[in-house]
Amino acid sequence: MIFFLTSFVVSVMAASTPLLLAATGELVAERSGVLNLGVEGMMLVGAVTGFIVGHYTDSAALGIVGATFGGAALSAVFAVLTLTLLSNQTAAGLALTIFGRGFSSLAGAAFVGIKGPVLPRLSIPGLSDLSFFGPTLFGQDALIYGSFIILAMVWWFLNRSHAGLILRAVGDSHDAAHAIGYSVTRIRFGATLFGGAMAGLAGGYMSLAYSPLWAENMTAGRGWIALALVVFATWRAGWLLVGAYLFGAIMYLSLYVQGLGVAIPSALISALPYIVTVVVLALIARDRRRIRLNQPACLGRSFAAGT
Amino acid sequence: MLDRATSEAGPILSLRGVTKQYPGCLANDHVDLTVGRNEIHALLGENGAGKSTLVKIIYGVMRPDAGEIVWQGEKVTIESPAHARRLGIGMVFQHFSLFESLTVAQNIALGINDPAERVGLEKRIIETSREYGLPLVPDRTVHDLSVGERQRIEIVRCLLQNPRLLIMDEPTSVLTPQEAETLFATLRRLAAEGCSILYISHKLEEIRALCDTATIMRLGRVVAHCNPREKSAKELAELMIAAELEPQARSRRVVADAAPRLAVEALTVASPNPFGADLKSISFSVRPGEILGIAGIAGNGQNELMDALSGEIPTGQPDAIRIDGTPVGHMGPRERRALGGCFVPEERNGHGAVGAMTLSDNGFLTAAARKSLARFGFVRHGRIAEFARDVIARYDVRTTGPKAQARALSGGNLQKFLVGREILQAPTVLVVNQPTWGVDAGAAAAIHRALAELAQNGAAVVVISQDLDEIFLVCDRIAVIAGGRLSTPIPVAEATIEQIGLVMGGTQAKSETAHV
Amino acid sequence: MFEPIRLVPRGQPSPFWTYASPALAIVLTVIVSGVMFFAMGKSPGAAVYTFLVAPLVQAGGLSALAVKAAPLIMMGAGLALCYRASVWNIGCEGQFTLGAICAGGVALAWPDLPAPILYPAAMIAGVVGGAATAALSAWLRTSLNVNEILSSLMMTYVAQYLLIYLVTGPWRDPQGFGFPQTAMFSDSATTPILIPGSGVHLGCLFAPLAAIAVWALMSKSTLGFQLRVVGEAPRAARFAGFSEKRLIWVAMLVSGGLAGLAGMFEVTGPIGQLTPQISPGYGFTAVIVAFLGRLHPIGAIFAGLLLALSYLGGDAAQIDLGLPNAVTGIFQGVLLFLLLACDILILYRPRLARPSGANAGAAR
Repeated sequence: MIFFLTSFVVSVMAASTPLLLAATGELVAERSGVLNLGVEGMMLVGAVTGFIVGHYTDSAALGIVGATFGGAALSAVFAVLTLTLLSNQTAAGLALTIFGRGFSSLAGAAFVGIKGPVLPRLSIPGLSDLSFFGPTLFGQDALIYGSFIILAMVWWFLNRSHAGLILRAVGDSHDAAHAIGYSVTRIRFGATLFGGAMAGLAGGYMSLAYSPLWAENMTAGRGWIALALVVFATWRAGWLLVGAYLFGAIMYLSLYVQGLGVAIPSALISALPYIVTVVVLALIARDRRRIRLNQPACLGRSFAAGT
Repeated sequence: MLDRATSEAGPILSLRGVTKQYPGCLANDHVDLTVGRNEIHALLGENGAGKSTLVKIIYGVMRPDAGEIVWQGEKVTIESPAHARRLGIGMVFQHFSLFESLTVAQNIALGINDPAERVGLEKRIIETSREYGLPLVPDRTVHDLSVGERQRIEIVRCLLQNPRLLIMDEPTSVLTPQEAETLFATLRRLAAEGCSILYISHKLEEIRALCDTATIMRLGRVVAHCNPREKSAKELAELMIAAELEPQARSRRVVADAAPRLAVEALTVASPNPFGADLKSISFSVRPGEILGIAGIAGNGQNELMDALSGEIPTGQPDAIRIDGTPVGHMGPRERRALGGCFVPEERNGHGAVGAMTLSDNGFLTAAARKSLARFGFVRHGRIAEFARDVIARYDVRTTGPKAQARALSGGNLQKFLVGREILQAPTVLVVNQPTWGVDAGAAAAIHRALAELAQNGAAVVVISQDLDEIFLVCDRIAVIAGGRLSTPIPVAEATIEQIGLVMGGTQAKSETAHV
Repeated sequence: MFEPIRLVPRGQPSPFWTYASPALAIVLTVIVSGVMFFAMGKSPGAAVYTFLVAPLVQAGGLSALAVKAAPLIMMGAGLALCYRASVWNIGCEGQFTLGAICAGGVALAWPDLPAPILYPAAMIAGVVGGAATAALSAWLRTSLNVNEILSSLMMTYVAQYLLIYLVTGPWRDPQGFGFPQTAMFSDSATTPILIPGSGVHLGCLFAPLAAIAVWALMSKSTLGFQLRVVGEAPRAARFAGFSEKRLIWVAMLVSGGLAGLAGMFEVTGPIGQLTPQISPGYGFTAVIVAFLGRLHPIGAIFAGLLLALSYLGGDAAQIDLGLPNAVTGIFQGVLLFLLLACDILILYRPRLARPSGANAGAAR
């Protein structure tokens, strides 16, 4: 029993981490007023660049760095389109996803089925060997701890720092922020790049720690679930953690149940996380007032400075 | 608190030849302006005269295409609002630059660039606001605050940075006459303490009461510098709008014993906007030939009342609103229009009209049924162009024709089109919200004439306006909306501005003291 | 900050650039593709020729193009209507799949019915399947305030897994040697071929007709007018008394129904059975078709043909150049990027910044 519980918790943590990383990045972007629907594409590009860099350098850590840059590079394209050239954010986000799929499968074609480096798990002699708490608290890979640290830092940034206050102000009213002298475009550019870097990191985690290998379309909609998580959390960092682990658990369970050979066909179980996403969105969206109070008022709207 | 060296001589600010070109419009054409020390300087002009552009240039929001700015004797290029604030220039915007979801203290902190100055901010907010009679609670969220309170945030935000020049853009448009008096006292005190004030307005009487000097702008140019106290309001107005004003005569006769065309009884509606004002048991009636004015400060339920009357917000109570005796409270806008109700909302682009569509299409938007512009579910393109041409010709709309996009029209011309669109449908009831907001004087006069004519022909007209002068000019009776409640309408002839002002502020002042 | 080019608002949208922008985007995309082929070690000229020209000039090229274009045009026209109304249905892929499943279900259940009964029944099933999937998103949006982008997209994954379940489970062909696919549909449930031997089927005729019908709806009818108003200015639509909920339903049902019909034609035509892979991403490509066609149903016809070519080009690149057919996705993504970038020219005029001097500060 304790063995089952340990492996369950460890697996859920691994399944939840990419969701948490990507959603944390998107949260920051959305708080500044940028709705980037291209998370899925940025995750895929992150996953493939991470894997390729890791493969050639034989270092998972460098691969993770590469993944981060890959996601950020793609989000820079999005930022130029929507912030400099004032394109529709919905369309540009979709373009990102379509391009990201094509690019990652082209770039990764030669790497399908190859073994790459794997992000090592922490091993603290003594502590990591404890039953239950050892593997769950002290035996995970660095990025799982990293995801908590980043989330805590983002929470602090948004809710406690002056820079975070400016970022939220830009998402609340870009006209007012512009009028009192903040560069809306520059702040949103930064937030978008951070979102892209985090999506890339999430992708890198999938190809270098979670799976760990490269397969076409390996993120399987996790980018879209990350987007839904931001709505689920009603734009609050703390609730992202709850949402990401809820979905991580569902994703792991659907895999686990398939492994047990239960009578339910595996294809239907695979559809479960997506159905749950819709149901959860419906439950959250009923509370319109909370959404209106927390949703950045300028979310998805273009800003053209009058100069 | 405001300790400044006032020993330097010469003006605090002077502009020479400032020019700013927008696409299709020269907003500022070689503007010269000099603001002296300790001076309250009026910048006077109609909507569209270029006042707002000029002050945005001074505050560093925009760059001029040409010309120079001299600040305290030195030529400067003002890079940004932060730079302007460092120089000692503060600005209170007409459309406040506040963040609804943040607190008073956070809003003020966002206007302060030096981290050292943000230390102990809440205490300083309370001190400053107390010292200048501008009460504020630092930890309240902006969306819960009244318009007057919001303006105080802007003023306190400026004062905390010890400005040498404070720019105020149309500050009294959101205040009751009594609140405006309090503001004037604060401004006079600031000027005496050494902070010059650049005061933008088109309200002549208050400029004559407050300001030492005035610069008058028209169509982007400076047309006069003068001492406003030495000129009459009529003289100032003529400088401002170039044409001589003809007084309007009211020569209508209200049929006193006729049945009301529009009857509203105990109308109670929750605002769909979480920050809006709920309507509470509103009752009034308007007879044929009558124009009822509804005064009030912005945000007291005017938009909710407009939307409830037009049917945009369903009220669910059929009897709450009757048009010619027919209960319509449960009906949507189209059914109400079929019964003779026509409406002109405050916001032109995006509410009354679709900016990206042609005037023909915008005519079709509300006139489809009453002018039979559709048949078998298809648009009759010939007839909609004809209707638009008709409106354009009858209401002197300056445009290239029915194919012009609505957003290409100036505010005044689009408003003439929208008022004309409704009046040509021969309504029995017409409700207009802010009919001349942001409209030049010529168009405003034309709109007022059109409303009077419609009433003369037997329609009931409701004019919702924040401009008391307008209501006194065109209406027969007046009521005041405050906190979502409507006062009992009284004849305009029996009302005074002071008395109406008290009602406008009454409810609000009470609710504010309750908060504090 | 030095910016060599600055954007000056035109004030009015430029009619010239509304149509010139897609042309410019296509030219730039071809150039970018050439660079991309060069980076992969191919001769850019020859590779671009293989990708974009060769598929057309070879025997049967035009009919292959028509077959690929049919679903793209049908869905692109529906999405043009949807997006004009600001209803962001991006789940066409799922609606396409459900349409195919429903049509396939009808075809498999009554294979022996005569064609005049079975074929129209399959068509109706396809439309209903697609429309019902879209209706779920419409209901979630209008009743529960759930964003249709996310809900329609999630349904795409659900639809795909449902298809896999069906073809690997209850609907699997017993004589299919264990392959995950259904039996071939009977002749009465097969889409008629219009030009013998070419593969050009009834759907290729239906697609432009559907686009024209959507165009008539959009530009001539009061319903189309209402859809445009609600997309452009929702408050003005409320003011005029148009029901936003009803219009969301209309937009979702029309686009979903067309996607379902496209799915029906695809599985009863070129494929002839249900398999796990019935679409190479047509539903997502249709989004690009809609934008490239200027959100105009007639424009979707031309855009659909161009993007159909990118699929043929991807196959050709795989066979003749040994490149993965993922180049199709890159081509499509780059095309949409560049299109969005070029669209800035509709509302803004690029100006070279003036050289330094008195106004250097002003010409930011």
